[in-house]
Amino acid sequence: MKARAFDYIRPATVAEALAAFAEAEGDASYIAGGQSLIPALALRLQAPARLIDIGHIAALRGIAVEDGWLRLGALTRHVEAHDHPLIAVHAPLLALAAPYVAHPAIRNRGTLGGSVALADPASEFPAMMLAMAAEIEIVGAEGTRRVPADAFFQDLYQTALEPGELLAALHIPVARPEQRCAFDEIARRRGDYALVGCGIRLTMPRDRVEEAHIAFLAVGPTPMRAPAAEAALIGARLDAEAIRRAQAALARDLDPPEDGEVPPAMRLHLARVLLGRLLGRLQDQIAEAA
Amino acid sequence: MSAPLPVTLTVNGETLSHLIEPRETLADFLRRDLGLTGTHTGCEMGVCGACLVMLDGVPVHACLIFAVQAAGADIATVEGLTESAAVADLQRAFHERNALQCGFCTPGMLITAQGLLARTSVPSRAEIRDALSGNYCRCTGYEAIVDAIETVAHKRAAGEAAPRFTEEPA
Amino acid sequence: MNAPLGSLDRPNSYIGRSVARPNAKRLLAGRGRYVTDLALPRMLHAAFLRSPYAHARIVAIDAEAARAMPGVRLVATGADLATLCTPWVGTLDHFTGMKSAPQLPLPLEEVLWAGQAVVAVVADTRAQAEDAVEAILVEFEDLPPVADIDIARESGADRAALAVEDNLCFRSRLDTGGIEAIFAGATHVVEEEFHFGRHTAVTLEPRAILADWDASEGKLTVHHATQTPYQFQDLYSRHYGIPEASVRVIAPDIGGSFGMKLHVYHEDMAVIGLALLCRRPVKYVADRMESFVSDIHARDHRVRARMAVDGDGSILAMDVDDVTAIGAFSAYPRTSAVEGNQVIRLMGAPYGFRNYRAELAVVFQNKVQTSQYRAVGHPIACAVTERLVDMAATRAGLDPVAMRAKNLIPDEAYPCASPTGYRFEALSHQASLARLKALMDYDGLRAEQAALRACGVHRGIGLAAFVEISNPSPAFYGIGGARISAQDGATLSITPSGEVRCLISVTEQGQGTETIIGQIVADQLGVVREKVRVITGDTETTPHGGATWACRGAGIGGETALQAARRLRDNVLALAAAILQARPGELDLRDGIVVDALSGAERVSLAEVARIAYFRSDTLPPDASAQLSITHHYAPQGYPFAFTNGIQGCHVELDVDTGLVKILKHWVVEDCGRIINPLLVDEQVRGGVVQGLGAAFFEECRYDAGGQLTNGSLADYLVPMAGEMPDIVVGHIETPTADTVLGAKGCGEAGTAAAAAAALNAVNDAMVPFGASIAQIPMTPARLLKSLGKI
Repeated sequence: MKARAFDYIRPATVAEALAAFAEAEGDASYIAGGQSLIPALALRLQAPARLIDIGHIAALRGIAVEDGWLRLGALTRHVEAHDHPLIAVHAPLLALAAPYVAHPAIRNRGTLGGSVALADPASEFPAMMLAMAAEIEIVGAEGTRRVPADAFFQDLYQTALEPGELLAALHIPVARPEQRCAFDEIARRRGDYALVGCGIRLTMPRDRVEEAHIAFLAVGPTPMRAPAAEAALIGARLDAEAIRRAQAALARDLDPPEDGEVPPAMRLHLARVLLGRLLGRLQDQIAEAA
Repeated sequence: MSAPLPVTLTVNGETLSHLIEPRETLADFLRRDLGLTGTHTGCEMGVCGACLVMLDGVPVHACLIFAVQAAGADIATVEGLTESAAVADLQRAFHERNALQCGFCTPGMLITAQGLLARTSVPSRAEIRDALSGNYCRCTGYEAIVDAIETVAHKRAAGEAAPRFTEEPA
Repeated sequence: MNAPLGSLDRPNSYIGRSVARPNAKRLLAGRGRYVTDLALPRMLHAAFLRSPYAHARIVAIDAEAARAMPGVRLVATGADLATLCTPWVGTLDHFTGMKSAPQLPLPLEEVLWAGQAVVAVVADTRAQAEDAVEAILVEFEDLPPVADIDIARESGADRAALAVEDNLCFRSRLDTGGIEAIFAGATHVVEEEFHFGRHTAVTLEPRAILADWDASEGKLTVHHATQTPYQFQDLYSRHYGIPEASVRVIAPDIGGSFGMKLHVYHEDMAVIGLALLCRRPVKYVADRMESFVSDIHARDHRVRARMAVDGDGSILAMDVDDVTAIGAFSAYPRTSAVEGNQVIRLMGAPYGFRNYRAELAVVFQNKVQTSQYRAVGHPIACAVTERLVDMAATRAGLDPVAMRAKNLIPDEAYPCASPTGYRFEALSHQASLARLKALMDYDGLRAEQAALRACGVHRGIGLAAFVEISNPSPAFYGIGGARISAQDGATLSITPSGEVRCLISVTEQGQGTETIIGQIVADQLGVVREKVRVITGDTETTPHGGATWACRGAGIGGETALQAARRLRDNVLALAAAILQARPGELDLRDGIVVDALSGAERVSLAEVARIAYFRSDTLPPDASAQLSITHHYAPQGYPFAFTNGIQGCHVELDVDTGLVKILKHWVVEDCGRIINPLLVDEQVRGGVVQGLGAAFFEECRYDAGGQLTNGSLADYLVPMAGEMPDIVVGHIETPTADTVLGAKGCGEAGTAAAAAAALNAVNDAMVPFGASIAQIPMTPARLLKSLGKI
């Protein structure tokens, strides 16, 4: 299991990185943490002629709050999602999901930008971008643009990133006091890819749900919002009946693919169980707060 | 274009310059080029945890980094941590508790334990088991490893230091 | 220790003491020397092109481009190696009617499973060898793969290997007679169809071999990550025509083996030939993807079984039909039929019923070969028996503990024999059951279970009694014609400084073999343990012996060391007596000092005796013979096997909405006879339990209908991890075997033998309120949700 030969470039700036990619005529990959890419290279599932290491580009680093948005540089590591005080306060869903991402050593190395750019439908952070209504900052030869998470994830491992473009940062609207969130997943072993996972952000200025973001992982070709389940909650008090309606609505949201070990009906069942448990948890939190 | 590149990095306190083929992983570089075979490769895809090393003070998979990426980094392997006595208490506790059998996973276990105790001084047994979620052991059944780490956590919290491990008689 | 030491009761006895392993310190310091670590001058690396087809004919191989690639030294095909290596056939003579296709290192015409090595490349680096593999073009002609065990046995079915006439490798039948009538007359009959998933060892160090052919001396040195160096010395010698004494096999530190590293693998045999052709050292380390498609698998069984019970819950009979699929040929030299044979012979072994019938069919199919892996056959026989016992208890209205108390063979009824032909010397099932019941607070757990059920928490308690085959005599392989030794040998020497070297044929894979041998030698010779250096794993230095398999290290290797140490002690005392002008019987050796046996007064140190023997033999009386080295062999006599026994308890909590099971705790009471080192025994048991729990909940090699392994990576094949495994409580009963002085039996497979069975019973117990049940392992969330009617 040794990677095919490649040449290695370590640019210092975004411009150098983009130029290095252009020069390779498409036969190149960016590498940041490399925690997903390197296994693919070792297995020779991917074999770019050039590896462009963006891990030392200062512009891709940094965690800061500006104008109601938390900006996370693409190179922010998973462990920072776990530990960083600004993330804990302003993007609590990331902090809640972080302990479920792989294992400690992977989290020390893996980057949020890499995870979102790869868009593995079974990964936690991409789905959380949907749940937090994040925007993804993309930089390319044409300049910089911001794409809402809902438009970023397009199909299996397909995103709004065009070849050669770099994911520069994640922008997350800072959490508001009237928002509550929860994350959990069902996995056979700690750190495994989940059978199903879910992150929820409910905006409840008073005792009714004004806005609901429900995002699932491992239920389809991309991380997925659950609009029907969200709609079932809008305007409702978070009670057993509303939760039941949201669970029932999931059949309209999710159409899990056939998978040898996990039949579609099982994934839908588990998604309902998980949604029910998470909403129940929020219901309990609200009751405690009251 | 895949010619070896000059790389300078620090391994176990010594700054080294080597010509390294870009596709060589840090694990292979440590094992093959430096003879630091205490870092083991059990899967070469970041799953088994046998290749963990300290990179700039935190545990990472040496099979999930190309050595060229580690240019400028400070690497510590089980050999270096043994020499510096940084994990002497863990080694002693593993030995006394028989928290290893074949020993292939052990260097990775020590590194995970060291990383865990740096973040959480007295973890619960559940937290220890959680921290070991990326370290395969096929021999022990894990309980002895959890016991050994728990013992060291309490000893470190109580301020007990351990002498160098290998200087102890068997 | 609860067994009297008897003749082992010596001052400062090391036998029965928990001491840490001296050799573990090296491993902790990162100074282990595994085959994967070794590098020899001018060493080359091998990689293999593997078949993508489960069954195919090789039409053409074009390796020209590969031969021209950078660093490539050799590209070899089946034909290249067939001129050097004779074929092997994995059958045993005492398995009457058994058949299997002859095997060569690389195939000439037909590939038999997806992942079979077809072409070898040797290059300067492994990466270069892999580059060249990608450049080889092999034209395959697809042949129909055989995957289904029932279709495989139909007449006229496609054959898994064209060299054999049908897909039945071996069949066996046991019948005590009158079974149909007993079942017809029984008050209760319980029956079930069980499915056991294919399983593989996943040693953390993959298979590794480094062959070094010195043409000038005609000497082959093989550094081989194996449990059985002598077996491979013999095989390399005979199949490559090299004199046995010119073949040296060294097994250094081994990163786990569990039975997986004692079989002949095609790649390993090929590497010997590649080294002969290259005349340079050639190393091959299976990468993890290769391991999944080439290490032996095990446990692929479908068992239909029923049990007849009378009105008061007494078991009357068992009737078993076991079909097992083994791959397209039988493994060599131990075969792929031993597992099935043990399954049908171990059924019901702890219980007193006398009527039994079993049918075994061992079937070829186009998958990876199966063979012996930790606790061969035991987990299957145990799970089938113990599940039926629980089902029968329910029908008879008995609690599982009461059912077992009623039916387990009374401890005082031994010696006795099983209806399947095993002879048991002295087992302690009833004592073990009583001990387990107390250890796990069984009654308390039952009360808690009832209370929690009322609040929707579903816990289950499962029990599983077991026996474990250990200390095998030549009845295992020798009588079948396999050159696999049941004896062990040791050479013990006193060094000139009065220290001790023990070269012994049992081998170390981390279980603590060297430690217990050191304890026994120190104890029986009369020296401090730190003065004993134990050396294993090298055919050039240690006497020939069986090495490590079937839990024989402590029982047979330990007895070998004991007898050797006693002989050497006699020599030392005779020499000391000559020096001291005393009678040997008046002297004893204690902690390295020759003392007056009665008073304990020091007479002369062992170091002084050795100094005189080696450097001042001129001062010895003329008739004194200074024999400070002895070689001693011991082969088991008496019972063909020494059976360890015990019982396990498993406590689980089932999440009935997700199908996830949390293993809360696990208990084992085992009786492996004399315990040499309790610390090591406990950890053998715990490690064994976790492999059994892996089988129960996680591990399964999944194949599609075309014979392709669909989860052959460490990310997809789930091995039990720390977070999901429970703390395990271990208790002991000690009933030493009287066949040896030492009295030790094996313990390394005990945990694995019954853990899955206890877990299966526990999960079924948790599902009782739902009227659901499961008879398949691993018990995955999907299977459990299906059983519960949730999906």
